[in-house]
Amino acid sequence: MYPRSFHYHRAGSLKEAVTMLGQLGKNAKFLAGGQSLIPLLKFRFANPEHLVDLSFIPGTSFIKEDSGAMHFGLMTRHSEIEHSALARRIPVLHDCAAGIADVQVRNQGTIGGSLAEADPSGDWANALITLDTTVHCLGANGTRTIALSDFVTDAYTTALAHEELVTEVVVKIPPKGSGGAYLAFKRAAPVYPSASVAVQLKLAGDVCEDVAIALGCVGLTAIRATEAETALRGQILNDKTVATAAEAARAAADPQSDMRGSAEYKRQLIVALAKRAIQIAARRARGEKVEGAHLYA
Amino acid sequence: MPHAALEEKKWKGPISMPETEIVEKVAINIKVNGKAYPRQVEPRLLLVEFLRETCDLTGTHVGCDTTYCGACTVLMNGLAIKSCTVFAVQADGSEITTVEGLEKDGKLDPIQRAFGDSYGLQCGYCTPGLLLSTHQLLAHNPEPSEKEIRKAIGGNTCRCTGYMNVFKAIRQAGLNMKGV
Repeated sequence: MYPRSFHYHRAGSLKEAVTMLGQLGKNAKFLAGGQSLIPLLKFRFANPEHLVDLSFIPGTSFIKEDSGAMHFGLMTRHSEIEHSALARRIPVLHDCAAGIADVQVRNQGTIGGSLAEADPSGDWANALITLDTTVHCLGANGTRTIALSDFVTDAYTTALAHEELVTEVVVKIPPKGSGGAYLAFKRAAPVYPSASVAVQLKLAGDVCEDVAIALGCVGLTAIRATEAETALRGQILNDKTVATAAEAARAAADPQSDMRGSAEYKRQLIVALAKRAIQIAARRARGEKVEGAHLYA
Repeated sequence: MPHAALEEKKWKGPISMPETEIVEKVAINIKVNGKAYPRQVEPRLLLVEFLRETCDLTGTHVGCDTTYCGACTVLMNGLAIKSCTVFAVQADGSEITTVEGLEKDGKLDPIQRAFGDSYGLQCGYCTPGLLLSTHQLLAHNPEPSEKEIRKAIGGNTCRCTGYMNVFKAIRQAGLNMKGV
């Protein structure tokens, strides 16, 4: 399968990439790792006249810690995050990176490209929204920083201007006593999840001081399950409060029936994933080492 | 059926490719199995087609062509990727290893031997991809657990064997590589 023909441009710097896209006009697109874009091009769902390749720009792939935050470069591959000891310190990030599609896609796909694509079934936005995440962008008018909650505005839609790109994803390192988990349910490794739940919480003894719960693949964007959060915040974590929160998550989900399952089935998945993710997050907050991973049918 | 209608149904050669206004080519140089392949390619040429059509290396297979099955898996700078989902222009300057690059001096490498010895294949269509995914796994982890093996080949679909002999082959390959 071939995409429609296009002109190929290779940017030497981020600034040059922005200038190129501005000059090439509306029918131009950035190409990062291509793991979402190339399939869209092959099916001819997207038919750009110009592609500006970002993969030859030096210094765009990095993971570093700086003043209480973790920084990920635009072209940092999922597999680099999966194997990063630094990223492992925020378990939600490791869970997410290690479970995206399969080994081959993780070796080529990028965090910046994935966020900019804003696929409703994508993993990153859902995992990162439970953390204090900001997206650093570069556009025609220079740099700006957008909170992740304002970044993804709709399915396949972000706050980015046409010629603007993501340069860095910055995640604040959670305080001591925090734990998180990201669980997705997939029919097979290479496919998008049927449903996913991300949980980030902070414990003081048995009491849940603070919590963020997000649901993926069950709406046009990742959904913050605020009622579920309210059910846990300030409460002692036990089977009853966790079950109440999971039921609230079910109510917050807004899935559609499709080839991955009926809407009702996905709501049921959300309940099960939420319970399990909250429990794993809590155990991690207590300092336990728990393997959390994507689940397969 | 009237003669004219038959005439209309007659095969008139292959359906032509869609109109392409853009014929510009990009000069790239990709090292495949240690040998440089400088080529002029259309930007939309996929890496798998670059290998099969312009380098005549047809060991890399096209399976689903939709980033699912992993038959087209090759190593790019030592890491497994799906060559149906990478443009050749993106791989410019990189080092690619295909199934043809595994044997040395006419001898199969330890992974290939193990797949043969353990009957880790039936029709063999997915095998080149499985061999290269195994290559990436064993390069860092010669004694993988079953869970690690499952994770490493999650992106490779085999429709014949049911995977049990593939697991056996991968474990055996690890031992072969350690010289046990």
